[in-house]
Amino acid sequence: MTSAIATSALTKRFGKRTAVDVIDLDVPQGSVYGFLGPNGSGKTTTIRILLGLAAASEGTVHLLGERMPDGASAVLPRVGALVDGPAFHPYLSGRDNLVRLDAADRTATPADRRRRIDAALERVGLAAAAGKNYRAYSQGMRQRLGLAASLLRPRELLVLDEPTNGLDPQGTREVRHLVSEVAAAGTTVFLSSHLLSEVDQMCTHVGIMRSGALVAQGSISTLRSALATRLRIDTRAGDDAAEVLRRFGLRNVAADSTGVTGELGGAVPEDVVEELVKSGVPVRQVIIERPGLEELFVSLTGEGFDVDE
Amino acid sequence: MSTSELIGAPAPAPTRTALPGTFLASELKLVLRRRRNLGMLGVLVAAPIVIGLALRASSSSGEGDGDAPAFLGEVAGNGLFLGFSGLLLLMPFFLPLAMSVVSGDSIAGEASAGTLRYLLIVPAGRGRLLATKYASCVLFGLITTVLVVTSGMVTGAALFSAGDVTLLSGTTIGFGETLWRALLMAGYAAVLLGGLAAIGVFVSTLTEVPVAAMATVAAIPVLSQILGLIPQLSWLHPWLLTDTWSVFGDFLREPIMTEAIGRGLLTHAGYAVIFLSFAWARLTMRDITS
Repeated sequence: MTSAIATSALTKRFGKRTAVDVIDLDVPQGSVYGFLGPNGSGKTTTIRILLGLAAASEGTVHLLGERMPDGASAVLPRVGALVDGPAFHPYLSGRDNLVRLDAADRTATPADRRRRIDAALERVGLAAAAGKNYRAYSQGMRQRLGLAASLLRPRELLVLDEPTNGLDPQGTREVRHLVSEVAAAGTTVFLSSHLLSEVDQMCTHVGIMRSGALVAQGSISTLRSALATRLRIDTRAGDDAAEVLRRFGLRNVAADSTGVTGELGGAVPEDVVEELVKSGVPVRQVIIERPGLEELFVSLTGEGFDVDE
Repeated sequence: MSTSELIGAPAPAPTRTALPGTFLASELKLVLRRRRNLGMLGVLVAAPIVIGLALRASSSSGEGDGDAPAFLGEVAGNGLFLGFSGLLLLMPFFLPLAMSVVSGDSIAGEASAGTLRYLLIVPAGRGRLLATKYASCVLFGLITTVLVVTSGMVTGAALFSAGDVTLLSGTTIGFGETLWRALLMAGYAAVLLGGLAAIGVFVSTLTEVPVAAMATVAAIPVLSQILGLIPQLSWLHPWLLTDTWSVFGDFLREPIMTEAIGRGLLTHAGYAVIFLSFAWARLTMRDITS
């Protein structure tokens, strides 16, 4: 099965600055792929190249099996996209903006245009404000209209660049629901975000960008399993507890004033606790710390999650 | 098994289903709905009315002027001449100004609003987008010149007498023939504006600031007319954009004098081909970063 998006050694240079540095994206069909990275790490530039808006300096892009940008006219009608925020004509209504975009698509059928536009507006909760001028829209409504534009036709791939930008918590939840709905219908979703929690909640796969390079890529469960689960015991007898943990083969055991932690490895937590109690270690609390994306990110980059240069 | 069956999303294979004119109609509507453009159109259509009223006021006070430019002297005798006068008076500056605004905005306006990237993702196709934008500019020019001539002829007929038109060569033509000549003049003016529009669309591909493109394009006919006034540059004159912008009188001879008009059509076709090629080269190679 071909990948929905596949790039090979994709590179983009602006003068001396390398914005995208030899990345090999592989987005499996049917996945919800989170393209994660701090602001300025090259996500939007990559998306622009994927969609044929910008030319790659080196490397190749295949979208739904078609070589880009040569196959743009054949493949882009099957792709919906939201890139770098919504953009519409301010003096046209939301609906007229969608009519205009649909009229630009020579492969769209005008006969059911109204129905498709109404359905898209309904889907993003914008039906009531469809007749208002775009300039009167709030940031959240603009974002919704951008999503509606990407859903004007059934798509095989949705590319959503920061889809929850500017949305309130309710809107964010609705987008999450929308993404899962679209994904359930079989559409591959490629969504970029700088919000770890967002990707954690929505995605099956993740690619992590850092300063233009793709530092990690794979299914979330695979990436997570590469990280060690840690066992934390809160106790005032830290040294005794550490002794027990070492006996069970836990690695990197470290004691501090409130307790002790160690990498669980193959040990069974229940057995460890039983042994602790038998050894007379007073256990106040036992926590199994499964690494989240945040820990994953830090472990991969050795850095925090700030704006890239 | 097709790809779409595999992943369960029923996305039909792209086929050409829309009528070829759909996009153009949509773009033209966009130009004509814009309040700024409507305002310019309104002013241009009002100009012959204002001229007519001014002539009417001065002629009723008995101050006829036989040396007036642009057939203004003829208007009192036959109001239909006001249609021709309108075009001649607006052609040096105001009609090209309106075209500068529309053509300068064509691509740069989309780039500055960010809508260019969404049109290309649709995908509108870069060449197709350029052709559509240019065609909508040319149609806007044609609509403008036809309305200016119509407004002038209607105003003239209302304020002065209307009847058979005596041509500059002395022959007299009837109303139907007059309308036909008027239409030819409006069409010729639209071709002249079409030459400018090609430059405008090209300049528009160079920037993301529409006002900069508009100002640059508006300066071109002015510059060209200034160069046309310098005798030392007479070798250059036949190639200037505006060299054939004032030959409307040739339509009012029997038979129509086609030498300058034909040269005008050719040079403007040349300008269109050259600058649309530049625009195409620029737009198809450019990274859309807005």
